[in-house]
Amino acid sequence: MRAPSRSDMPETGRSFGPFRSPRLRTVEAWLLLLPSVVLFAAFTHLPFVRTFVDAFFSTPKGRRPSHFVGLDNWSDLAHDPIFWKVLINNTWYALGTIPLSVGIALVMALWVNGRIPGRGLLRMAYFTPTVLPMIAVADIWLFFYTPDYGLFDQIRGLFGFAATNRLGDPSSALVAVMVVAVWKEAGFFMIFYLAALQQIPPDLRDAAAIEGASRFAFFRRVIWPLLMPVTLFVLVNAVINAFRTVDHIFMMTGGGPDNATNLLLFRLYELGFKFWDQGQASALTVVLIAVLSTLALVQFLIAGRGVHYR
Amino acid sequence: MSHLTRRGLAAACLALSLSAIPASAADLELRFFYPIAVSGPITKLVDEMAAEFSKAHPGVTVKPIYAGDYVQTIGKALTAIKGGDVPDMAILLAADIITLTDEDAVVAMDDLATTAADKAWLAGFYPSFMENAKLGGKTWAVPYQRSTPVLYWNKEAFKEAGLDPDVAPRTWAEMRDFAKKLTVKDASGNVTRWGLEIPSDGNTSWLFTGLATANDVRLVNAEGTKTNFADPKVVEALTFFRDLSTVDGVQPKGLTSWGAAPRDFLEKKIAMIWTTTGNLSNIRKNASFPFGVGMLPAKAHFGAPTGGGNFYIFKGTSAERRKAAFEFVKWMTTPENSARWSIATGYVATSPAAWATDAMKAHVADFPQAAVARDQLQHAVSEITVHEGQRVMKVFNDNLQAALVETKTPETAMKDAQAEAERILAAYR
Repeated sequence: MRAPSRSDMPETGRSFGPFRSPRLRTVEAWLLLLPSVVLFAAFTHLPFVRTFVDAFFSTPKGRRPSHFVGLDNWSDLAHDPIFWKVLINNTWYALGTIPLSVGIALVMALWVNGRIPGRGLLRMAYFTPTVLPMIAVADIWLFFYTPDYGLFDQIRGLFGFAATNRLGDPSSALVAVMVVAVWKEAGFFMIFYLAALQQIPPDLRDAAAIEGASRFAFFRRVIWPLLMPVTLFVLVNAVINAFRTVDHIFMMTGGGPDNATNLLLFRLYELGFKFWDQGQASALTVVLIAVLSTLALVQFLIAGRGVHYR
Repeated sequence: MSHLTRRGLAAACLALSLSAIPASAADLELRFFYPIAVSGPITKLVDEMAAEFSKAHPGVTVKPIYAGDYVQTIGKALTAIKGGDVPDMAILLAADIITLTDEDAVVAMDDLATTAADKAWLAGFYPSFMENAKLGGKTWAVPYQRSTPVLYWNKEAFKEAGLDPDVAPRTWAEMRDFAKKLTVKDASGNVTRWGLEIPSDGNTSWLFTGLATANDVRLVNAEGTKTNFADPKVVEALTFFRDLSTVDGVQPKGLTSWGAAPRDFLEKKIAMIWTTTGNLSNIRKNASFPFGVGMLPAKAHFGAPTGGGNFYIFKGTSAERRKAAFEFVKWMTTPENSARWSIATGYVATSPAAWATDAMKAHVADFPQAAVARDQLQHAVSEITVHEGQRVMKVFNDNLQAALVETKTPETAMKDAQAEAERILAAYR
């Protein structure tokens, strides 16, 4: 990495701190960066490099040390039907949870941003799921979904419907765990939208009213563009969460029935800490990092173009 | 402000240097990892017993470390060993014996049991519990918190259905017929009470081992190198299991929850359930109706798996520490302590001597259901114990579940499971 030269620096006309010469200022900059660089390198970059290297070695066992196996771990992964199933599951999971949780967050934010009675209570209610740990959320929803005497079946029972077994049926289990994720995430994203909405100056609304713009036109032409930076931020987070949040899978289904709710990170846990297959787990980790960085890059490069920062 | 910080720093240094001085040069502090897998105040009991042992053995202190469920505990133990920070001993799944010996992480108990008294003690446990404590002619573990599944039935429901409330179904056919009589529907045809539930989510293979064994087939060989999933008798057992839901209509459809089964039973939504003896204390405390406990019904003969955890002592510590750990294991499994553990938790006491203690006799007289598990032991086999255990188990569970939810036929599912298990185990033959 190249140290910033003087010409790169903004010409503010004055320097701060005890270091006056350009070279000392460079030293100062690096010293200021040092703590976070050290932490980042030690806990993010080095482990990633190690994982990448491990992906080309066999799993060490007590009596058989690790040895170089080239692309074996990768081809094993490619031949593993569960890997493909998990990848497809996770794609559906992302496609389902991201737009829904972001969309609901926006609607909720617009709703609690208006002047309505009980606004504080409503905001709190929407935000509550975010405060709860995912394990607690999963436990609550486990009760909702319990066949026969769970909340949903009790309500259905009032109308004479038969009991259901949503988590125990492969055709409904993935949707059931997606609903939980949306319920948990939407309130969190709402907070960002709400903060952004409150930053919008009221004179824009007055101006639009004078021009005779409809509420929809005002939203589409004024509010939505102004919310774009937040939308980008929320989207990036939603994508990461779609691949990162698996706590409820542990509690609710354990990835079953027959891998119907198994997701990439859960599979990674199985490979790494249930099967102790370090080689496969490393290869899958690299895949996961590649997927996430690609998605983040695409979002910043393509979606980022439509974003106007004030 | 700065002198305050300096004073704080000095105090911290002092505290550090003090803690670095050992209380006594000869004092051994043994680290003991243990999991909790059933409900009840188990942590308190473990702490109590460890403190009693430490008091009776000057110079040795046992420090119990609660490490989560079984999978998390073995995870923490293996990670600690790989990091060079070896714990002294742990209670881990009996079925993890092959993983632990493959990792070369544990010492053989025979190497520690040198005296005649030690050898007699090691020979005193139930043979079905020793099945997966032995491997390659050596004993690697000592049975401790062991369990086996049994059938619980609601006597009130039996009476309502016109069945003798004191007689459990003894065969598969009886179980199905009883379940048909016990299944109740309302006017619109919705089931309000199911006859039977054999929970099928999570580790489906454990309860299924009860069905397969009763149908006179072993799922794996003794060396843990070959599975027998595609055997027609296995397929037959799986077909029976599936048909209970799909053909006979006496059991809920789809996968049923292991965790919710005791509650379903207590809520009178299910008249008979299969679950572990580890739930005995819980069900006894919370049942609002009289209930019975019976052996798993027979097909060719009776059959059931054993489960639960054994004591292991780790390699890589000093001989002195291993000897002290061995003393602790012996102390924890004396007939008196084994009985005490069994009465408090519902786990099956692991030696005939424990069942002969006065405390255990009094317990059985007061609560005869507790003895059913012991009587079932003569028909019990070890749960699936193979190389790459978790991985083979996952393949088996996935395919059992696929058959139960009807995405595969039992034949195809078992053929797939066998093929995949063959691939995984090829490296170990």
